[in-house]
Amino acid sequence: MARTIEEINEKIRAGSVVVFTAEEIIEVVREKGIKRASREVDVVTTGTFSPMCSSGAFINLRQEQQKMKLGGGYATLNDVPAYAGLAAADIYLGATALPEGDPRNNNGRPGRFRYGGAHVIEELAQGKKVLLKAGGYGTDCYPKRRREQMIGFEEMNEAFLFNPRNCYQNYNVAVNLSDKPIYTYMGKLKPRLGNANYCSAGQLSPLLNDPMYRTIGIGTRIFFCGAEGYVVWNGTQHNPDIPRLANGTPTAGAGTLALIGNLKDMDPKWLRAVSFTGYGVSLSVAVGLPIPILDEEMMRFVSVSDADLKAPVIDYSVFYPTGEGKPKLAEVTYEELKSGAIEVSGKKVPTGSFSSYAKAKEVAGYLKSLIRDGKFFVTQPVRSLPGPSHK
Amino acid sequence: MEKKKVVLTFPPSSVEDPVIFHLISDHGLKVNILRAAIDPGKQGRMVVDLTGEESRLSAGTAYLKRQGIGIEPLTGEIRHLEDQCTSCTACVPVCPTGALHVNRETWMVSYDADKCVVCLSCVDVCPYRAIVSHF
Repeated sequence: MARTIEEINEKIRAGSVVVFTAEEIIEVVREKGIKRASREVDVVTTGTFSPMCSSGAFINLRQEQQKMKLGGGYATLNDVPAYAGLAAADIYLGATALPEGDPRNNNGRPGRFRYGGAHVIEELAQGKKVLLKAGGYGTDCYPKRRREQMIGFEEMNEAFLFNPRNCYQNYNVAVNLSDKPIYTYMGKLKPRLGNANYCSAGQLSPLLNDPMYRTIGIGTRIFFCGAEGYVVWNGTQHNPDIPRLANGTPTAGAGTLALIGNLKDMDPKWLRAVSFTGYGVSLSVAVGLPIPILDEEMMRFVSVSDADLKAPVIDYSVFYPTGEGKPKLAEVTYEELKSGAIEVSGKKVPTGSFSSYAKAKEVAGYLKSLIRDGKFFVTQPVRSLPGPSHK
Repeated sequence: MEKKKVVLTFPPSSVEDPVIFHLISDHGLKVNILRAAIDPGKQGRMVVDLTGEESRLSAGTAYLKRQGIGIEPLTGEIRHLEDQCTSCTACVPVCPTGALHVNRETWMVSYDADKCVVCLSCVDVCPYRAIVSHF
C-alpha cells in the first residue's frame, strides 16, 4: 500500500478523502489493524495549542508622506520595544519583550508580567490599534526623526508571525525538589515535588505523529492560529539525535519547527497572550498539521497513543538551571501524566499541563473538517528536516 | 442543619469586635474560617462556613448585619472566566479542594464554587488570567 500527495489531494478535491484526527485514529487502528487502516485512511490531523515563547511578528510600517528610517533607531508598540535593526520600516516584535519599568510586570516578586509583546500581538489580531513610538536619526532620503501614532493592521503593509521555534517534539515534565516554591516557564512549581507540569499535546502533537520527519518538512502547509501557515525551516534547537523508543518517538524535547503565517488573517481565538507569574510573557499559538498516510509506516507512526509516548521528569530547582544533580528523575508516559498524578521518587505528584488538550482536539478536528470540505490541501515538503544521524 | 458559605466584610470600626465569638456563643453556630484578611484599622474580609439550624442561621445573619458587617454568598469571590479559559489544566493540581476540575473525557476545565475555599492558589498560576478574585 502506498499513496502519493497528488492522489490524496485529488481525493480532497473530489470530496472523497478519508480523514481522522490523531486521537481518533488510535481506535481505528485498534479495530482494523495497521494494514487495513492505512488502505482506508488518507490523512490524519494533529493539533496543539500551547505557549511557545520563541514567537513574534515581523511588521512593515506604512510610511507617512515624509519618510522615516527606523533601522538603527528604535520603535515601541504600547511601550513594548520592538527590534528595529532592519531596513527603514521593518520591525520585529518578540512575544516575550517587556515595556521598561511597567508596574504591571514588576509589581514585586514574583512579578505578574501582565503585559508584553504577546499582548501587543494579541491586540493587533483582535483588530485593535496600538501606540507606535519610533525614533530615527534622519537621513537625506528619510528626513523624519520622530513618529508617534496609533497603528493597526491598516497602517502596516505586512504583519506576519515568524516563530523561530514552535511545536517542540515532546518536552520536559517540570518538578521542584527544593524546599521553596519556584516560578518557571513551566509555571509555579511547589516545593518537595508538590506538583508536576508538562507541556505537550502527547498523542495529538504534530511531531510525535511524524517522529522521523517523513512528511513534515520545509514548505509543509499548516493551520496556524486560524490562518494558513507554512513550515519554513527546522526550528531553532532542533535536535533529532535524542534517544528514541522503538516506535521512533524521542524521549525528550527533540525536533522543532520554524513557522510563518499572515498575522492579519489570524483569529484571536487561536492566538493568546499568556503571563507566567515570576517568569514572563509568552504567546500561545494554535498549530494544526496534516499527516498524509503515504504507507503503512506512516499509519504506524500516527497510531501512537499517550501510553506509547514518554517524557523525562526534570528538577527545575537545581538540575535545569545549573546542570548539577540528577539529570532525569523519572520517565513517565503521557497516559500517566494525563491521569492526574505521576509517581516520582516514590511520591504521588499531581500533574497539570500548559498545553491545552481540549484546544488541541479542537484544532485537529477543525483541520479535519477543512480537509474534508476541500478547503485545505496537503503538501510535499520541498526539503526534509534534519533527521537522526544514526537510524 | 443548614450550611452557608459566605464572605464577611468588616468595616474598619468592627475589626476589633469578637464577632466570631458572638456567632458561636450567642447564636450556637458552627463557624469554620476558610480564609481571613483582618488588619487593625482596615476593612477586613473573611470566608466562613456557617452551620446551624435555619432559625439560628437567620438570627446570626441578622446579628452580623446589625454590626454593619457585609454578608454575601461566596459565589463571585472567585470567578472562572470561561471565555478566557483554554482548559490547559495548569490550575488543576494547585487547587486543594478540587473546585477546579478537569473532565478527563472532554478535557474541559470547570469550576465548582461550592468546593472553593478562596485560597487564591489558582489566580497566579493561570497564564490566561482566566481566574479572577475580588478578595
